[in-house]
Amino acid sequence: MGTKQAGGEGPVISVVDLRVNYGEREVLHGVGFDVLRGETLVVLGGSGSGKRTLLRTLMGLEKPSGGEVWIKGVNIARASDLELDEIRKKMGVSFQGGALFGSMTVGENVALPLLEHTRLENSTIEIMVRIKLEQVGLASFEDYMPAELSGGMKKRAALARALAMDPDLLMFDEPSAGLDPIIAAGIDQLILELKKAYSMSIVVVTHELASAFLIADRLLLIDRGNIIAIGNRDEIKSSTNPRVRQFLDRVPEPQVEDELNYLQMLTRNLRARN
Amino acid sequence: MLNTSEKITALPDRLGAATLNGLAYVGGLARLAGESAYVAFIGPFRGQRVRLGRTIQQAMQVGVGAIPIVSLITFFVGLIMALQSAYELRRLGAIQFVADAVAISIIRELGPLITAIIVIGRSGSAFAAEIGTMKVTEEVDALEIMGVRPVSFLVAPKFLAMLVMVPCLTLWADFMGVLGGCLFGVTGASFTVMSYLRATRDALVVNDILTGLVKSALFAVVITAVGCREGFSTGAGAEEVGRSATTAVVRSIFLVIAVDLLFTALFYLTNRG
Repeated sequence: MGTKQAGGEGPVISVVDLRVNYGEREVLHGVGFDVLRGETLVVLGGSGSGKRTLLRTLMGLEKPSGGEVWIKGVNIARASDLELDEIRKKMGVSFQGGALFGSMTVGENVALPLLEHTRLENSTIEIMVRIKLEQVGLASFEDYMPAELSGGMKKRAALARALAMDPDLLMFDEPSAGLDPIIAAGIDQLILELKKAYSMSIVVVTHELASAFLIADRLLLIDRGNIIAIGNRDEIKSSTNPRVRQFLDRVPEPQVEDELNYLQMLTRNLRARN
Repeated sequence: MLNTSEKITALPDRLGAATLNGLAYVGGLARLAGESAYVAFIGPFRGQRVRLGRTIQQAMQVGVGAIPIVSLITFFVGLIMALQSAYELRRLGAIQFVADAVAISIIRELGPLITAIIVIGRSGSAFAAEIGTMKVTEEVDALEIMGVRPVSFLVAPKFLAMLVMVPCLTLWADFMGVLGGCLFGVTGASFTVMSYLRATRDALVVNDILTGLVKSALFAVVITAVGCREGFSTGAGAEEVGRSATTAVVRSIFLVIAVDLLFTALFYLTNRG
């Protein structure tokens, strides 16, 4: 599809009235926001809020059922595979579990995007792999298999792979999921350092409040498929929206049971049988 | 709850839906095979990477790794065929035809089929499990994000390796089956090794071997397509990987037998006149 404004000063990502369905069920109900050049936007939300779907849509892994997702002037909701490939070459993604290829060493994992998309000499690629691994604190781990790494090291290795092509846009799915607070803090620190070094735009999806407020330039709160707040740290902290307060103050969901629904749920199968 | 007449009227609907689903499945397999063939045979001429290393690695796993078990099983099957046919042939006083019976049954049918079934068990299920695991751990997504087509990276090398190795294994299986028959021929009938092999050679025409090889190449396509497709359709969670592998095995066996029937019938009809 056509291009909006190529390059220039506009936002890197611009999402307009985005709707995503899984089958019949709509998970994102028309969300819209921008990610500015060089900023770190943290998407915060509880389980099942749709934050992960949002991230997957930004990567082009889910096709929206409505709305537009402009990344660097291309609407990826309508883009051809070729256009999508071009965007993805400059997009680094760190998946929740790392998603390192288990049959390859850490070094081969980092080298893969370079082997696929560049015509660099093997010796050059080897050097680049060492540089990237050194940047994430995994120097001399290139010959390890992913299975031999701890959770935090896997995240670092995945980050090295995401950085292999010198991306200008980095997506990060749950940087601190499954890590102890010290290791998680290390990953946060790494994100801050890399942001300085690469001047990338970064989108992070997380439910960790502390980590979110540490790394974010702006935060976006998503709840049941709707954006309930977007703004910088202070704006979010001083928000009076009850759902935002509930999330920030970690108040559990009140146990209101709709009695009629509950009875219907209990008797549903009985009625079906008659 | 439906009553009986409703059940009967619903039957054509269900039959139609099942037929459409079946056709869609076969169509999906054909698309996967077509895409792999494009990557393997046309891609290189358009400047795309040939993944020779991955293909050779797959060929070693699929082909070379299967040699011991294929040898053993087809040797036994050859021996079984010899024993079974000798049972009848001896009553007719035609024990010298045991070499013919073994040669024809092994080379036209059992060699390709048993090889295919061993390959399904070893490799078809492994394809589904490998791709299924990669799906669950988001590795397939990671490939896509890197701008690497999963079909080109994962399926095409398997496809190429299978297309070369399954016919090779079939030839080897044919040979081992004949050797199995030979063991009976030498010990249970009045053959020498040389005379048994000569009798085998005389019983066969080139077409017998060729039809077996054509079938085995088709089996290779079916097994790869089903294994990979089941892998890609794996849902979330580790137990789904096991389910995918099981489904891949069951569907591959069924489709291999169906393709076998189809082509055996075709060869029969075309060679009749």
